[in-house]
Amino acid sequence: MNAHPISAPVRTYRAVEIGGMSAILDPSGALYWEEHETLVAADLHLEKGSSFARRRTFLPPYDSQATLARLADVVARFSPKRIVALGDSFHDRTAGERLSEASGRVVRTLAGRADFVWVTGNHDPEPPTDWGGRVVPEIVIGGVCFRHEPSLGPVTVPEVAGHLHPVARVSGRGKSVRCRCFVGCGMRAVMPAFGAYTGGLDIRHSAFHGLWPRRSDVRAFLLGRDQVYAVGPDRLFA
Amino acid sequence: MIAPTSEPTRDDAALLPEPFAGWFLSRGWTPRPHQLDLLAHARSGRSALLIAPTGAGKTLAGFLPSLIDLAAEKKRRNALSREGPHTLYISPLKALAVDIARNLEAPVAEMGLPVSVETRTGDTPVNRRQRQKRVPPDILLTTPEQVALLLADRQAERFFSELKVVIFDELHALVTSKRGDLLALGLAGLRRHAPALRTVGLSATVADPNGLRAWLVPQEDPGEPRLSEVVQVAGGARPDIRIITAEDRIPWAGHSARWALPAVYEAIKAHGTTLVFVNTRSQAEMLFHELWRINEDTLPIALHHGSLDRTQRRKVEAAMAENRLRAVVCTSTLDLGIDWGDVDLVIHVGAPKGASRLAQRIGRANHRFDEPSQAILVPANRFEVLECRAALDANYIGAQDTPPIRDGALDVLAQHVLGAACAAPFDADELHREVTTAFPYRAVDRATFDKVIGFVATGGYALRAYERFAKIRQMPDGRWRLAHPSVGQRYRMNVGTIVEAPLVKIRLVGRGKAGLLSGRGRVLGEIEEYFIETMSPGDSFMFSGQVLRFEAMREQEVLVTKARDDTPKIPVYAGGKFPLSTYLADGVRGLLADEASWERLPDQVREWLSVQRLRSVLPTRGELLVETFPRANRHYMVAYPFEGRLAHQTLGMLLTRRLERFGAKPMGFVASDYALGIWALEDMGALFSGGRLPVDALFEEDLLGDDLDAWLAESYLLKRTFRACAVVSHLIERRHPGKEKTGRQVTVSTDLIYDVLREHEPDHLLMRATWDDAAAGLLDIHRLGEMLSRIRGRIVHKRLERVSPLAVPILLDIGKESVGGEADESILADAGEALIEEAMR
Repeated sequence: MNAHPISAPVRTYRAVEIGGMSAILDPSGALYWEEHETLVAADLHLEKGSSFARRRTFLPPYDSQATLARLADVVARFSPKRIVALGDSFHDRTAGERLSEASGRVVRTLAGRADFVWVTGNHDPEPPTDWGGRVVPEIVIGGVCFRHEPSLGPVTVPEVAGHLHPVARVSGRGKSVRCRCFVGCGMRAVMPAFGAYTGGLDIRHSAFHGLWPRRSDVRAFLLGRDQVYAVGPDRLFA
Repeated sequence: MIAPTSEPTRDDAALLPEPFAGWFLSRGWTPRPHQLDLLAHARSGRSALLIAPTGAGKTLAGFLPSLIDLAAEKKRRNALSREGPHTLYISPLKALAVDIARNLEAPVAEMGLPVSVETRTGDTPVNRRQRQKRVPPDILLTTPEQVALLLADRQAERFFSELKVVIFDELHALVTSKRGDLLALGLAGLRRHAPALRTVGLSATVADPNGLRAWLVPQEDPGEPRLSEVVQVAGGARPDIRIITAEDRIPWAGHSARWALPAVYEAIKAHGTTLVFVNTRSQAEMLFHELWRINEDTLPIALHHGSLDRTQRRKVEAAMAENRLRAVVCTSTLDLGIDWGDVDLVIHVGAPKGASRLAQRIGRANHRFDEPSQAILVPANRFEVLECRAALDANYIGAQDTPPIRDGALDVLAQHVLGAACAAPFDADELHREVTTAFPYRAVDRATFDKVIGFVATGGYALRAYERFAKIRQMPDGRWRLAHPSVGQRYRMNVGTIVEAPLVKIRLVGRGKAGLLSGRGRVLGEIEEYFIETMSPGDSFMFSGQVLRFEAMREQEVLVTKARDDTPKIPVYAGGKFPLSTYLADGVRGLLADEASWERLPDQVREWLSVQRLRSVLPTRGELLVETFPRANRHYMVAYPFEGRLAHQTLGMLLTRRLERFGAKPMGFVASDYALGIWALEDMGALFSGGRLPVDALFEEDLLGDDLDAWLAESYLLKRTFRACAVVSHLIERRHPGKEKTGRQVTVSTDLIYDVLREHEPDHLLMRATWDDAAAGLLDIHRLGEMLSRIRGRIVHKRLERVSPLAVPILLDIGKESVGGEADESILADAGEALIEEAMR
């Protein structure tokens, strides 16, 4: 009988060409650009759970904790010099006030060990900086523009955005699986939402239509449990 | 409703006053003993359970005491308007309530009784519901959900102040579900307003009448339950049931019953009106389609199942009532006793899955109590032949097998507590005491109850984050009140326990000249969204009796066109929804073991079993047979527990985990109602005989320990169950004032909520409710546990050179069915290329 492995498995990642760069896509939904030692996570939607309480819907108030624990984990794995939260980091304007002390400490720790960049989003046009970090409307790194909402129309500068919470569905074996994904073509990529309570929008939805010059160029990277799977347009739009 | 009897049984004229006695006489009837028994119990204010087969005049027996009482009451105080109904009648089906109202009209009119009878269901217009509160009828016919709503009304105390009798129809069908839990709590609530009320339960024959008897009366402590009176009517004429005979070969596996179609058609032709029952919607579709293919005489044959558009269903029902149809192919939507038309024959396709179910369905063939029902069973494969045979034996000896009443669900209790607050502020001690008088909730301790209150108030999390927004609050005097009227409004919109899978409408459209889809067309019905999600445009499938081509999804509707091909590309099979009942399982095992009984089986099946005995072995009744054999580069293990698909599926998950640990490299498994097959890269037979993993150790009872927990945590089954619990407990509300939300549009996916809650507060009330539900309903863990302990030391392992006859059916199922949930990652792997390769240090 095989002994159970004592040490945790070490993963070998492969970088892919997306949105004008060669980056590693992590199954957590974050992206790591090794060349610039930059880690990006989109749409954390902190305190989304507690935002429902005003309507007397009491979702488990642990989503921020869960989201930040996952972020801390991926940061520990890649040790980036820069962390970009790509907008909608806070679910609403008062989310910062509701964030627990413990969760605040996690943010403070992350912001203390790297250049923490809060990109503004439609949910958080003024993200709180109580726990550190700096706020920018968008940021250009290595010739790639990181912004919350994808710009409309064709791009001249490669672009990485969030906002749309892409999910893809693939079927096989008489079943289908729906999961969060990175989706993009050569010049533009949309990242999956990172937050624990963030759902998704099917990449076949019209909101994605204007983003790619040709559908045949689109590739998606689906987040499995411990792996990311690259899927081509023939399976995505079948 | 009433049939003539020959023998006058007792001289109890006093029990049946005028005009009732005269009315019976005028129709040439004598009151039946059970009707008089119920009258006697009613007179002394005792609650009673009436157990009787279909057609025994159950309903009139239930209402007779109320009618007599009301007639006398009206004499005493004429024309005084009442505060609320005298009698509540509660049925599981809206249609049944309407049907009963019609049936009561005759005696009330013929005797000129000054008694008003009205129905109140979800379909009753709002203005009539309002009026019913102001001017209540004497007898109100309604559903469990309406009872909950009426109880949550601020006028509840007044409205139920005159309530004397509550009649529960089809009680056996009600009590085993969450609806039954809600109703049990409702009954406890009704007693608060009318402490002297008496209950009448009407039930088909059941295995454990004491469960129902206890359900009907208030319980005092968790010890020995208090019981109601019981009146039992012996079975009517013995039904005349046979298993179909046909020339064709009986298939090894499958569920289509295609082999017997010509014989089924001949039977339809030979009878006036036939009901053809099947177990699933897709079976109904398939059979209907196939029957029409051979319907040379163009007999009027119709289709009826729950997914069809309501107007279409109503049409079929009306045609049936007018005796215009020769046959209806239908699912369980017609199970319960709605009375329409004369049915001459019931054909049951597929295994009957439980003797009670079979008895009920066959009861449909005849509402004339004293004539034998005619029924034909159509097994779809060889194992089903055995099951049908066992069921036949069961029906003859009257064995019944409804599941025992289990402990009340906590999510339902949460809904009830909120409802209580909607009516009036409540005292936690008092409400707890009241709740524990309900039989399913008799063991709920105070700590659990407080947790439920905490859950209702603010979600009940260890992290107290939501106090400011509580739904209910404690007043200075300690009682709990609603925090805001809007909470009550939302409660009313979301009351109930039926959580359906999200459905989408199917619209049949045409193609224009340019090949464009027209937007208009007829709605054919509704189908589960998950089913559509597995399809690609161009795929064809069967629905409402036709082969349809999936074209597109548009705004939550599925657009389809008529397909040109005759055979659908996507075979739909969702069989095995109902587990084989314990009794039938035992019957099938008995049949296998007892060669003398084989003479009652068709030749082909007998031969099949004989060859099995030659090549392998047939287990005795108490044994579990486990076969291992190689086949096409793989090694197989097949076990035959006959415990039903759910239990086998759970067992399969657990065994493969254990086999994995012992290096057998299992590749997959398949579960049917009868057997479980596992295939692996290593020879499991060698593993068992070599002593490394004795077969007894593989099936050891500790299987249900850690492995189960570990597997379940990841399982989609629990997520699906959690969703239902979240909805029933009103953590998630499906409907909000001003907008109708479908199940799908809850803004945060319950799967995500489940993941977060499991990680951060695994002992939360909802996780407990979810686990209880899954263990009982989805996984059949209880049954699996009993099986494991039953077979301890009685496992027969047979190492074979090749596949045995008994193993063929399960091997044929491989590839047709995949195990839910586990396949997700493999679908992804099939579709794409993995970007991370794992390496071991």
